[in-house]
Amino acid sequence: MHRGKGMKFVGDSRISANGKPFIPKDYSEYPGKTEAFWPNFLLKEWLVGAVFLVGFLCLTAAHPAPLERIADPTDTAYIPLPDWYFLFLYQLLKYSYASGPYNIVGSIIIPTLAFGGLMLAPFLDRGPERRPAKRPFATSFMLLAIAGVVFLTWQSVYYHDWDKAASQGKIVEGVAIDKEAGGYKALEANTCLSCHGAELTGGAGPALIDTGHTADEIKDIAKNGTGGMPAGIFKGSDEELEALAEFLANLSAK
Amino acid sequence: MFNKIYDWVDERLDIAPIWRDIADHEVPEHVNPAHHFSAFVYCFGGLTFFITVIQILSGMFLTMYYVPDIVNAWESVYYLQNEVAFGQIVRGMHHWGASLVIVMMFLHTLRVFFQGAYKKPRELNWVVGVLIFFIMLALGLTGYLLPWDMKAVFATKVTLTIADSVPLIGPAIKTLIAGDPTIVGAQTLTRFFAIHVFFLPAALLGLIAAHFIMIRKQGISGPL
Repeated sequence: MHRGKGMKFVGDSRISANGKPFIPKDYSEYPGKTEAFWPNFLLKEWLVGAVFLVGFLCLTAAHPAPLERIADPTDTAYIPLPDWYFLFLYQLLKYSYASGPYNIVGSIIIPTLAFGGLMLAPFLDRGPERRPAKRPFATSFMLLAIAGVVFLTWQSVYYHDWDKAASQGKIVEGVAIDKEAGGYKALEANTCLSCHGAELTGGAGPALIDTGHTADEIKDIAKNGTGGMPAGIFKGSDEELEALAEFLANLSAK
Repeated sequence: MFNKIYDWVDERLDIAPIWRDIADHEVPEHVNPAHHFSAFVYCFGGLTFFITVIQILSGMFLTMYYVPDIVNAWESVYYLQNEVAFGQIVRGMHHWGASLVIVMMFLHTLRVFFQGAYKKPRELNWVVGVLIFFIMLALGLTGYLLPWDMKAVFATKVTLTIADSVPLIGPAIKTLIAGDPTIVGAQTLTRFFAIHVFFLPAALLGLIAAHFIMIRKQGISGPL
């Protein structure tokens, strides 16, 4: 590049009057049907972008972004789950040799090796060959890494309790609850509220508003439990049970 | 009219070389899907950039309603989602775009890797590309907390526990991004907001500029 004395500028700017522009790559070494980027190829890119955007908007219209209930850091029963593209890292920490006393293996060593290797790929794979078949080490390491990521993600998805995940984060419309009612007092006396919340909007257990159960089903659940709820939590009298079941069966957000 | 404006600016700034540097080049046959359909693999990088632009634009509109404090954050997102005209679409674009950008970037990375396109002289561009990948993951991580719903807070607690477990500097990193050694709360939300909206996008734009300048300087890699 020409520097210093003899340089000419446009006006009094720093833009060189006779400087070489960015060297557009000369593709004469690969003879073929080249096409001008501007405007021909850019128009095609624009069309691909438009088609992509239409598909993307269809997705957003069909599947609104999820929103769970407002954060309640005191709810210790909540099973956390990161966004899907972190699942493989998260799953890695669940194996015995990558967690607990070996936590450093799962949280630092393996990710650093994997991402460090990715970043330094050009310096590790230095040969002149470009075809995947002629770079057996690079190709097989990458295939192994992809298989590992896919496997870990699948494991994480497979072992996650999706039903609980759907119920634990649900936004529950609060309703005005008559806390003097006999049914509510029965819930209070039988420690139901410690799991289902004082406003019955859920906690360790699901919300009790709009359960969709009939009074008889509620009586059965209160006595015999269901899912993660053990049997025998309800210890009151039959009248209390009756009041409780009627109260919950009629508890609706509408 | 347009020509006159162009001439007026060009007379003073000599802009022809500037836009020619950006736009005036040939697209070789082997990357053009019009000639070889299999060349669609070269679209992934461009689509990543396209979604990035969507993310920036939709994010700008989201901040018109979003309030980064623990009392109002969830309420503002709920309002945006359910009351604001097209709020659901804008938030949906930002939400799904965050996933799609990772997918497209992953495919772009694989294309470059399996074609060995990172080899000399393009090593630096690969390194910058991997840094962009990290920035994108960090954007996903910080953006996940902002709606301040259950999954946001508990996923962030997990993240902070992992950061805390890094030897020596772990607790310092955790305090830096959470704003407190133990509490995940008001300070955490504002820090994540600042990181997500200012720090990371600034780094991202710088890296993307470097990525594109290097591509223009070196040209796209030749056919296999």
